[in-house]
Amino acid sequence: MKTLMLGNEAVARGLYEAGCCFVSSYPGTPSTEITECVAKYEEVYAEWAPNEKVALEAALGASLAGKRSFCAMKHVGLNVAADPLFTISYTGVNAGLIIGVADDAGMHSSQNEQDSRHYAEASKIPMLEPSDSAEALRFAKLAYELSEKFDTAVLIKMCTRVSHSQSVVETGERAEFEQKKYEKNPAKYIMMPANAKRRHPDVEARTLALTQWAEQTDINRIEHGQDASCGIITSSTCYQYVKEAWGDTYPVLKLGMIWPMPQQKIKDFAATVDRLVVVEELDGFIETHCRTLGLSVSGKDLFSNIGELSQNLVKEKLGGEVHTGASLKEDIPARPPVMCAGCPHRSIFYVLKKLNLTVLGDIGCYTLGAVAPLGAIDTTVCMGASVSGLHGFVKAGGEEKEGRSVAVIGDSTFIHSGVTGLINIAYNESNATVIILDNSITGMTGHQQNPTTGYNLKGDPCTKIDLESLCHAVGIKRVRVVDPYDMETCQKVIQEELAAGEPSVIISRRPCALLKYVKHPGPICSDPEKCKGCKACMKIGCPAISMVDGKAKIDATLCVGCGVCEQLCKFDALG
Amino acid sequence: METKNIMIVGVGGQGTLLASKLLGRLLLGKGYDVKVSEVHGMSQRGGSVVTYVRWGDRVYSPIIDKGQADCILSFEILEAARYTEYVKPGGRIIVNSQQINPMPVIAGAAAYPGNLAEKLSALGIKVDAFDALSLAEEAGSSKAVNLVLMGRLSKHFEFTTEEWMEAIEHSVPPKFLELNKKAFALGQSA
Repeated sequence: MKTLMLGNEAVARGLYEAGCCFVSSYPGTPSTEITECVAKYEEVYAEWAPNEKVALEAALGASLAGKRSFCAMKHVGLNVAADPLFTISYTGVNAGLIIGVADDAGMHSSQNEQDSRHYAEASKIPMLEPSDSAEALRFAKLAYELSEKFDTAVLIKMCTRVSHSQSVVETGERAEFEQKKYEKNPAKYIMMPANAKRRHPDVEARTLALTQWAEQTDINRIEHGQDASCGIITSSTCYQYVKEAWGDTYPVLKLGMIWPMPQQKIKDFAATVDRLVVVEELDGFIETHCRTLGLSVSGKDLFSNIGELSQNLVKEKLGGEVHTGASLKEDIPARPPVMCAGCPHRSIFYVLKKLNLTVLGDIGCYTLGAVAPLGAIDTTVCMGASVSGLHGFVKAGGEEKEGRSVAVIGDSTFIHSGVTGLINIAYNESNATVIILDNSITGMTGHQQNPTTGYNLKGDPCTKIDLESLCHAVGIKRVRVVDPYDMETCQKVIQEELAAGEPSVIISRRPCALLKYVKHPGPICSDPEKCKGCKACMKIGCPAISMVDGKAKIDATLCVGCGVCEQLCKFDALG
Repeated sequence: METKNIMIVGVGGQGTLLASKLLGRLLLGKGYDVKVSEVHGMSQRGGSVVTYVRWGDRVYSPIIDKGQADCILSFEILEAARYTEYVKPGGRIIVNSQQINPMPVIAGAAAYPGNLAEKLSALGIKVDAFDALSLAEEAGSSKAVNLVLMGRLSKHFEFTTEEWMEAIEHSVPPKFLELNKKAFALGQSA
């Protein structure tokens, strides 16, 4: 049946049709929907793992047990899973194992713009790169064949434009996969030096065999053009930009497998054109490969290694004309994302700013506490870095920093990799105060369950990690719980814990305001008679409050009645 | 046929994704090649959001570039103004005249430009600005702005009301179906 599918949904469909039985992932934009979609198929066991390393190791375990397995993550998640990745290259698989990784060129929702293709080359694991949903579905099925044929995990590299674009796919039926028998094989699965030394040449031989496969496969295909003055090598969404900009004008070598790359096929293609150009986003990965083949090639001299490309860019840089529309001759104010009305994080950041603390931040919606008017966050690096960073900050900063700095981290991020930092705080005894912003969901990626919520990916009730007990268990004696809507108490508790002289955790607990089960009191009103226009309520950056003719006005379509602004009004004008 | 392009722009949380889902369904049913590109994640939190809908005999790029949009369907008028460079010569903007202040305006760091509908028209763009929020409220919910705008957009398509209704039925939850159909009809006749 023909249907429209997101690239991510199409990967999920391909996994399903190929008989995938086991999926373990950690959410991350733009990869999240692969796992959410595959979880809807009853035949597939799917779960959210605490982090990407756990997910990949679980998927390897399932592969060894003999079932086709899968694991998805965003580009930065692959950093977390890099440890198992590099050694899975040596162990190979039993049943097929696919790792989906989604890059975010343009950083729509990420903290860096790393190019995951380097991981394929560095770990010596083959990587397929679909350019639309139909290929995403096809490549997912093909990846299992490759995985079992060449005894290797296979990476499928997505990007925002492929993951989050819907295009037409033709779906098929599921082919049940007969579970493979697990056989003990220490030489293959125990990677201690003596065994690993024997496996490494196998890995190199596999890359050579895959290179031969890359020469033959039709997913690396040449599309003939009318004008051989220029030939373009491209892949992924850039292939679509090239075809949109130039149609059948120039010959194109479209690579569906990005690692290992063919050698002869590229040389043969280069020989048929006057000028060779690589069109690729981020780093000059294909371009570098062409250079190692001794070819003269253009690429990053034309196209930036920063941000996304587009059809206009491809047109313009290759000598075409582009006509843009008219622009308004005035400043259009930016519309950055903001914390939602009623967000339980807002008031905590207000208090932190009021106390003028150094705040080490983390990855999640609450990173928005960094922007004006709250402006309360000092650092954001990666998952968990707030807690571990705070330890170093107060150890090195001494008494002055101890009472003046905190870490803030969400519930899901804390489980992902904050807890190890907290163990370090307890073990190495830093006088640190960690605030866990427990909104009972993984918010930023669109409401995924996690080990603290009491529900699993399929929506069934399950074991719920008790954050208080966990913190106590790792050696933190002082654990306090506050309601972030009660700002007076929050301020008091934060001050007490900063003064305490030993490590402490404050759990700021209130569910995300967007969760369907959360009942709100409803919008409040502002009283223009009482409002003095002092703008105290504007300091929390709530999108539901604005100043109109010098008076605070509440947008009733946004306000949920959280009551935080009421606590700031000295004139009783809000309520 | 030449590929047709509609950009759907608005503020995160306004329901732009439903509009693109509905259009995609309708166009696929008509036998076109279709691509719909969405933005998820961070920018959904009250930020500026863009969705691209493209259809034709063969559609390559999932995105619409500057100078290519036949129409911008805008859920908020500042967002329409942000993307004028994307409109083709002779192109159209259908816009909900509602003003939603972005944080820099709320915080007093920037001003919300005035008379935007007139300024857009002065660029040679066909502008259809109307109060979709009031019509949505009349239909029963301020959240139905998306269906009001769809109704307005339908006037520029040759699809039958039955075809639109089939796409709506497929795209919205049953308990909100009547409300959404009413919103669509109000947009269509406005």
